Amino acid sequence: MTIEAITLGGERMQLNMGPHHPATHGVLRIRVESDGEIVSSCIPDHGYLHRSIEKIGECIEWPMFVPYTDRVDYVCAMNANLAYCVAVEKLLNTDPATAVVVPRRAECIRVLVAELNRISSHLIAVGAMAMDVGAYTPFLHGIAQREHVNDIFEKLCGQRLTYNYVTVGGVAFDLHETASEEIASFLDQFEKEMVRFNKLITTNTIFRDRCANLAVVTAAEAIAWGLVGPNLRGSGVDWDLRRDEPYGLYGELGVRVPKGERYAGRKGAVGDCYDRYIVRLLEIQESVRLCREVLKLLPPAAGKANDPIGGHQADVSKVLKRPPKGFVHCRTEAPRGEMGYFLVSDGTKVPYRVRVRTGSFSAAGIFHKVMRGIFLADVVAVIGSFDVVVPEIDR
Amino acid sequence: MAVADLPKPGNDPHEQIVLTAVDEFLAWGKENSLFYLLFATACCGIELMQAGGPRYDVDRLGMIPRATPRQADLMIVAGTITHKMAGVVRTLWEQMTEPRWVVSMGSCANSGGPFSKWSYSVLNGVDKYVPVDVYIPGCPPRPEALIDGVMALRERVRRYRTMGVRDRDPHVVQGADCRFGSHPGKPEPQA
Repeated sequence: MTIEAITLGGERMQLNMGPHHPATHGVLRIRVESDGEIVSSCIPDHGYLHRSIEKIGECIEWPMFVPYTDRVDYVCAMNANLAYCVAVEKLLNTDPATAVVVPRRAECIRVLVAELNRISSHLIAVGAMAMDVGAYTPFLHGIAQREHVNDIFEKLCGQRLTYNYVTVGGVAFDLHETASEEIASFLDQFEKEMVRFNKLITTNTIFRDRCANLAVVTAAEAIAWGLVGPNLRGSGVDWDLRRDEPYGLYGELGVRVPKGERYAGRKGAVGDCYDRYIVRLLEIQESVRLCREVLKLLPPAAGKANDPIGGHQADVSKVLKRPPKGFVHCRTEAPRGEMGYFLVSDGTKVPYRVRVRTGSFSAAGIFHKVMRGIFLADVVAVIGSFDVVVPEIDR
Repeated sequence: MAVADLPKPGNDPHEQIVLTAVDEFLAWGKENSLFYLLFATACCGIELMQAGGPRYDVDRLGMIPRATPRQADLMIVAGTITHKMAGVVRTLWEQMTEPRWVVSMGSCANSGGPFSKWSYSVLNGVDKYVPVDVYIPGCPPRPEALIDGVMALRERVRRYRTMGVRDRDPHVVQGADCRFGSHPGKPEPQA
């Protein structure tokens, strides 16, 4: 099925996918034009979940924006919190008078929660992709494991989905006493569970053949279209901000970066749907390893008198009343790729501008490029493989 | 009591036959098969998915997700509704067959939630477009709160089916807070 076959002409059919469609992961609307079974054009229509989060950032004080970052990407809210807080700390550190030092224990906890949330986010991604191509059971296995992560987070901060846990200058609460053991035991049983998950779907021939050589994005194309995160690495580009521009504790951890290597074998190509899927699974493995490393590094909790997490908060909230003037752009590696915050400060307690750049936005941009010439039934598989979360596009 | 000690159903017709009114029998069937529209817009959609997952498992209440509104009895509005989306919600509701029920899940669908004050694009409450039967507070509500709301809705379905009375006052789920136990941000319970 080549593009030449389409250009022969014939009657085109307009198909309206969404905004209410179970496979578009939210309220993404896609206008598909097809020639028989072959897609000839596919244009995403955004804005059905535009909640004006960036505008809200200009109305409220610096620390008050942290809960809204949860809603920018709710599947990995910890990473979204972290991205904003790291950006604000970078802004504060431009002036020595307002510099903020994050306690080492808080840095460890940040990496711990970010990697745990990366696991739970990728579980949704791979499970939903499997569900989109017709395999329902792996999704339930993913959800079952996600519940365990939610339990850990709920004990940590009282919420299951939107955490508001990472704050500027540290984290909101210290780990509870049994947290390390709980996380360690979760990781142990999770690794066993992933073996079963892989037997169910990853090595499944039907699934592999369906995703192999589908919607291939070459490395040059991925860079040209601005893909980020697992979508970029799935195309064989070796780039991960945790390793290449480390922030927080990641510089010490030595992150190993997986990339697409034609995992589907002879039938596949580097940068197809199966590569993007496998890269996410390998990142889950890497996150498990990082969590174990961090648990080893975790320094003991300080006493109540000089608790590094709680005691630090008062200073930061004073500093945030008068942050330095200027602008800063800071990017971090969220599960869906680079999450960059561009902050402009005019020296008051309210940001002048908060701009969010997210991975799903650029992933949605390449849709009309990769969808041309594929079968209509494969559209949902391609959307699933790019792991698009709609509020990240619309914000 | 051990399972072996329980009385086994025998051939006695009094144990095999239940006499009831036809309306009540139909109502029993209807309230145990509330098919819901798979309609997740934002954060609450993930909790809706997890409510359908293995731990909370709303399938045991006869709730099965349907992708098309024409097969659904119940619309769970899970997430923020923007002005651009509002017309679509209304269309979906109109495509559902009567009697149709609406559960508004989460603060955004109830009132706009955290976006109600500053946002220029968020609809402050889905009840401006569709009539809501049950409100579930929370941002997002726990799956237990969703199930609580559905149980309240089942009462309404039964009343409607047996007596033909449709309650117009919406039900609001109470106490949809964290019940997991203690966590650092939660005050200690007063004895």
